[in-house]
Amino acid sequence: MDMIRRLGGSVILIVSRIGLMGLFLIKTVFYIFIPPLKFYRLLKQIRFIGAQSSFVIILTGLFTGMVLGLQGFRILEYFGSDALLGPTVALPLIKEMGPVLAALMVTARAGSALTAEIGIMRISEQIDALELMGLSPYRYLFVPNLLAAIISLPLLTAFFDVIGIYGGYLVGVKLLGLGGGVYFGEMATSVDMKDITEGIFKSLSFGVIIAWVSCFKGFYVQLAGQGAEGVSKATTQSVVLSAVLILVWDYVMTSIFF
Amino acid sequence: MIQIQDLHKSFGDNEIIQGISLDINKGEVLALIGGSGKGKSVLLKHVAGLLKPDKGRILINGKDIARLRSGELTQVRRHMGFLFQGGALFDSMTVYDNVAFPLREKTKMNEAEIREKVLDSLAQVGLAGAEDRFPSQISGGMVKRTAFARELVWHPEIMLFDEPTTGLDPIIGNSILNLINDLHKKYLFTGIIVTHEIPRIFDIVDKVAMLHDGVILAEGTPHDIVTSDDPIVQQFIKGEIDGPISYR
Repeated sequence: MDMIRRLGGSVILIVSRIGLMGLFLIKTVFYIFIPPLKFYRLLKQIRFIGAQSSFVIILTGLFTGMVLGLQGFRILEYFGSDALLGPTVALPLIKEMGPVLAALMVTARAGSALTAEIGIMRISEQIDALELMGLSPYRYLFVPNLLAAIISLPLLTAFFDVIGIYGGYLVGVKLLGLGGGVYFGEMATSVDMKDITEGIFKSLSFGVIIAWVSCFKGFYVQLAGQGAEGVSKATTQSVVLSAVLILVWDYVMTSIFF
Repeated sequence: MIQIQDLHKSFGDNEIIQGISLDINKGEVLALIGGSGKGKSVLLKHVAGLLKPDKGRILINGKDIARLRSGELTQVRRHMGFLFQGGALFDSMTVYDNVAFPLREKTKMNEAEIREKVLDSLAQVGLAGAEDRFPSQISGGMVKRTAFARELVWHPEIMLFDEPTTGLDPIIGNSILNLINDLHKKYLFTGIIVTHEIPRIFDIVDKVAMLHDGVILAEGTPHDIVTSDDPIVQQFIKGEIDGPISYR
């Protein structure tokens, strides 16, 4: 009986948390359409989420493309199809790996920092102070982060894809001797606009997930625990939940929409 | 000005406020005293509309703050200042930017007007010259003064102070209380001060209320409290270990 009660309690808790997260997202989206938009804050967050993530995107994009080039070349050469290295590198990058890996990198770099920042603002009563000044934290904190993530993620993904394709070129063409014209020619034949659109739509939705989860976990930091330990746990939960949601949502989008 | 009527609030199974009623008239300053963790700050946050009561009402100029719409609540808060226990300064901004922040966000003043107001406000709290420092670079007393300056730029009609001297040495603590007293005389705000600064606080307030076990145990002028024959009040204001209040 006690086990059933505990199980029921856990289910109610999970459902109420999902509801709370849903309401948080709805309220944040609602505030997007209520002027004034905090434009300076939006630019600042684009710089933080987008521009300052460029270096890590370059690194991960380059090495992802290089390893795809290396593995792809070995397998394709075995079947005598090494001319198809271009699409072998580009298609997975554009459709899946670019959006997903860029989103995971932004989650690790910016999402965690957002949760920690908002969580610390929460426990040090800075968010209460904002509210007492008549400034909604939704308008001042969450809307700029959501819009910044929606703007930044597709750009970072495109950046990741281009660098990754260049990484594949370095390995396939410069290191392993495939012709440059073959690499890019086959790629141009195989990759169409639909593949690029798929990647862009995915990255847009991943931007929503990152901003939503990061801001929610920071704002409701007390659900994770008290004080510094609470911020630490909320930050960990934010990164894990964002990463899991990104991977699950990627599968859902691919299977339903593309 | 502020009427608290039969306020109840629980957190989980712990009913921390069990039916509190208080009236604070315009221009009066009330000291709210009582043991730590007994709900004084919770009561103050209800007055600011940061928490909603389970039962009861808080009327600010006749308006029930818990039932106001967002726009109306903003209007009420426009005339209210809140000095948080830790200052609640924005730690990524300088002292100057912290004080200028509400003016930049909520008014259409140009930067020259804002500068004049901010420097005046900082001068009033004795912080002229500290404009470019960050909260992490100033002392606890200066943090509280900056937070006070940030509220003063509004010329609030109501000021709420959550333990304004906690964590400060006696001299700086006294200077903060003197500052509150001086600025109250100047601006005639209505105030509530949550404090443990006994008996010093009795010199600067009009009324005192003692919160104990979720209710107002005693209320009156500072003289009424000091001469109260309630053993709990006497033990608390004298800080005696032995008595009816258990600290275990």
